[in-house]
Amino acid sequence: MIPSAFAYERASSIREAIELLRASGGEGKLIAGGHSLLPMMKLRLTSPDTLIDIAGVEGLRAVRVTGDRLTVGALLTHDQIMTNPLVREKLPILAETASQIGDLQVRNRGTIGGNLAHADPASDLPAVALALDANLQVVSVEGSETYAAEDFFLGPLITALPENSMLTGVSFAIPPAHTRGVYEKFAHPASGYAVVGVAAVIGVNQGQVNYIRVAITGAGDVPYRAHDVENTLLGRPLTPATISDAAKLAAEDGVMADDLFASAQYRAHLCSVYVKKALLRASRIE
Amino acid sequence: MGMKETQVTVNVNGKLHSLTVEPRLLLVHMLREKLLLSGTHIGCDTSQCGACTVLLDGRAVKSCTVLAVQAHEKTVTTVEGLGTMEQLHPVQEGFWEKHGLQCGFCTPGVMMTAVGLLQQNPHPTEAEIRHGLEGVICRCTGYQNIVRAVQYAASHTETSAIDSEVAAPDIVRDVIEGR
Repeated sequence: MIPSAFAYERASSIREAIELLRASGGEGKLIAGGHSLLPMMKLRLTSPDTLIDIAGVEGLRAVRVTGDRLTVGALLTHDQIMTNPLVREKLPILAETASQIGDLQVRNRGTIGGNLAHADPASDLPAVALALDANLQVVSVEGSETYAAEDFFLGPLITALPENSMLTGVSFAIPPAHTRGVYEKFAHPASGYAVVGVAAVIGVNQGQVNYIRVAITGAGDVPYRAHDVENTLLGRPLTPATISDAAKLAAEDGVMADDLFASAQYRAHLCSVYVKKALLRASRIE
Repeated sequence: MGMKETQVTVNVNGKLHSLTVEPRLLLVHMLREKLLLSGTHIGCDTSQCGACTVLLDGRAVKSCTVLAVQAHEKTVTTVEGLGTMEQLHPVQEGFWEKHGLQCGFCTPGVMMTAVGLLQQNPHPTEAEIRHGLEGVICRCTGYQNIVRAVQYAASHTETSAIDSEVAAPDIVRDVIEGR
């Protein structure tokens, strides 16, 4: 399959990329690894007039720790993220999730920036972005802005990214040292995409849960925080029984999708099962 | 709208090529139709089956999901660049010794994926091999002999041989700039 014709430009800086976007009059798209965009273009689901290649933009491949946050450049591939020593040390949940995206070849090309900006509802990373209170760094003609993950994903393939802007990096909160984070997904057997994916971070102090984040992707049009699960466990002891009780509320904060892969009822069930699985593993109860 | 043709300079199997291509040309079509390297196969054409896998700067990628223009100033290794009839690459030898193929259609892509996997992880466990091969589909073998072939290659390869297998991109850039 061959995409429809387009003009191709190479940007060497963020500024140039944004200028080229503006010059394309709303018909241009940024391309980095192209692993979300090119499959859609080949199926002619989208046909941009201009592709602006940002793979050569310098400075968007760094991993940095500043205070209690870790920032990754938008152009890092999933493979670079899962093998980065700083990511593995500070945010093992992010490395674990990156290692479950697509397959070896896809992880070698796909980038974290492209993945998040594409906002596929069955993508793995948005759950982790929510569970780690991620901030998405965006540069536009107006200047730099930061979006909290919770305000970024607006719908299937729809984000808060303004016109002529570029996602340049993502900063994640490094959870307190006594916590543990895990990602569990029920992968579609053919595509590997999450029918339901759960990112959970939990910590116990003096016998009570004092830190908890649970976020779910794949279940509906947008990823969501399972606040009911979190609030049920916060301040309570962490036992198989309390986890089971809380996990029953996993679908409460989301709107379940109903499609050919899974009914809404089945997805709600999967949410509970996978929240329980994730929390048990994070608590080392298993 | 513009369809201005774009210049691509790419090192394929150690040979430098300079082509003028339409931006929408896929890497797999450039390899097969412009450079007549038909060892790289097109299977699903939707980035799932991995038959089109080649190495791009030493990393296994699906060439049906890469634009030829994205390979500009990079190194591509196809199955034609792996070994020779006299001196098979350890992965090719593994497929021979362990009967890692039946019809052979997926084999070039599977071998390139295996080479990329061993490059990234020279001593993989069986589970790591299976995880690494998730992006290739074989409808004949049931994968058992492919896994054995990769294990054979891993145990018959010096780590340094894998590292030197794929030309370093820096060398290519020097060649291009020194042209």
